[in-house]
Amino acid sequence: MILHTIIFYLFSGITIASALMVISSRNPVHSVLFLILAFFNAAGLFVMLGAEFLAMMLVVVYVGAVAVLFLFVVMMLDVDFAELRQGFLQYLPIGALIGVVLLAELVIVLSGWAFAPEVLANPVQAIPDMTKVTNTEAIGRLLYTDYIFFFQTAGFVLLVAMIGAIVLTLRHKPRVKRQNIAEQVGRTQKVDLHSVEPGKGI
Amino acid sequence: MNGFVENYLIPGAIMVGQSLLVLVLLLVFIAYVLLADRKIWAAVQMRRGPNVVGAFGLFQSFADLLKFVLKEPIIPSGANKGIFLLAPLVTVTLALAGWAVIPFNAGWVIANLNVGVLYLLAISSLGVYGVIMGGWASNSKYPFLSSLRAAAQMVSYEVSIGFVIVTVLLCVGSLNLTDIVVSQQTGLGTKLGLPGSFLDWYWLALLPMFVIFFISALAETNRPPFDLVEAESELVAGFMSEYGSTPYMMFMLGEYASICLMCAMTTILFLGGWLPPVDIAPFNWVPGIVWFVLKASMVFFMFAMAKAIVPRYRYDQLMRLGWKVFLPISLGMVVLVAAVLQTMGWAP
Repeated sequence: MILHTIIFYLFSGITIASALMVISSRNPVHSVLFLILAFFNAAGLFVMLGAEFLAMMLVVVYVGAVAVLFLFVVMMLDVDFAELRQGFLQYLPIGALIGVVLLAELVIVLSGWAFAPEVLANPVQAIPDMTKVTNTEAIGRLLYTDYIFFFQTAGFVLLVAMIGAIVLTLRHKPRVKRQNIAEQVGRTQKVDLHSVEPGKGI
Repeated sequence: MNGFVENYLIPGAIMVGQSLLVLVLLLVFIAYVLLADRKIWAAVQMRRGPNVVGAFGLFQSFADLLKFVLKEPIIPSGANKGIFLLAPLVTVTLALAGWAVIPFNAGWVIANLNVGVLYLLAISSLGVYGVIMGGWASNSKYPFLSSLRAAAQMVSYEVSIGFVIVTVLLCVGSLNLTDIVVSQQTGLGTKLGLPGSFLDWYWLALLPMFVIFFISALAETNRPPFDLVEAESELVAGFMSEYGSTPYMMFMLGEYASICLMCAMTTILFLGGWLPPVDIAPFNWVPGIVWFVLKASMVFFMFAMAKAIVPRYRYDQLMRLGWKVFLPISLGMVVLVAAVLQTMGWAP
């Protein structure tokens, strides 16, 4: 048990420290790399909870795809951070207000357990017996039976967003020469051999 | 502190011992895989390949290792030093970490995870970080272009690899790698009334997926014909241009370790892992590890032949192949396989 505790504090400590480094490091690429470290340690915390499916999904989706694109954008953009910091004092009150609201909400949610511990005892949905099924199976059953409507709706929202992004950025340039692979493959005469006279061309 | 020795110390020591054993054997195997790669490439081009160090050049890889380690590491003055040195470490660590879940034989696995396939997918998707970090930290134009290519290429091909794995998982009904191999004991062949044989493995039942997985594995590990990341005619040596000595060696080691990992993954998903090709007398006496290594080596031979034979893809053709060909086919196969399994009542 003591090892469990030590590993827990190791993971959570690194998560918090790297999350702090995300907002405090000067180099944006370093920020993204620290974000990845934070994701990784959060995945470690999920494994400790026995939620290995969520942990792997966190790594595959966030670290493997989302953070790569983050890094891609941050490396490509030439962001002048000195310029960004200039309006800092001007935006400070709004930022502080949002921070206070977030903090208050977190405190209310977490203190709910202290005020009303009986809430934990009656969960909304019966959770499958974790000793009989693995949590991958349990998540699958819940998502594709009880919550299928929400799951499909979320999928549709993402699809609409994707199509929207494609429509916004798609531009048909008339002069661009495109390769038509089907046409090339469908040619009956694939290779032409010509004996070319010097200076005449084909 | 009573249970400490039994509960933590002894299992921990066993696990470290197993990991070290796998690591050492794997590194020796990789040394010969590297040599085989060069020899096959040379044979296709009617050259001799490395043949000086040891008989038939058998110790060439070890000579190379010694050379890399003894050379002076050079860090460019404009480089971001920490990330520059971290990048090869990340590459090699991730490539070796994947081997923790590979079952070499029935029960011969260091970590028998419930989500073994997802772990492998996660590890292989992280491989891109070594390339991106190395290319960016070099503070040089060609490595940077290479790392941008790598980011787009590896993310694209992961999508089709993911769908291929989903079709296999639909047939197995488990994410455990051992279960995937065990489920291939019965399959298409036994449904036709034949004894357990290589016809049961998923390469036949899911042949299009096997082909897509093989090609995507080439792209995922930046092997030719998809080595756009280090295309020497365009980008010098890609993200490795500024690297030398030990850091360079670690990139090479990580690359070959992840290639071998992909070979092992192909073996487990489609070629029946440690199962003998025909389940009758002389074949099933042979230990499973021999079959596993043989099959993985065969997949690597195909990797090497693809390198020797196929010319490099152009970048837009690579992207077209990933998004316009493989993604629709693999997505369609997921639907088809699920429908067939459900209507025939074969779903596990």
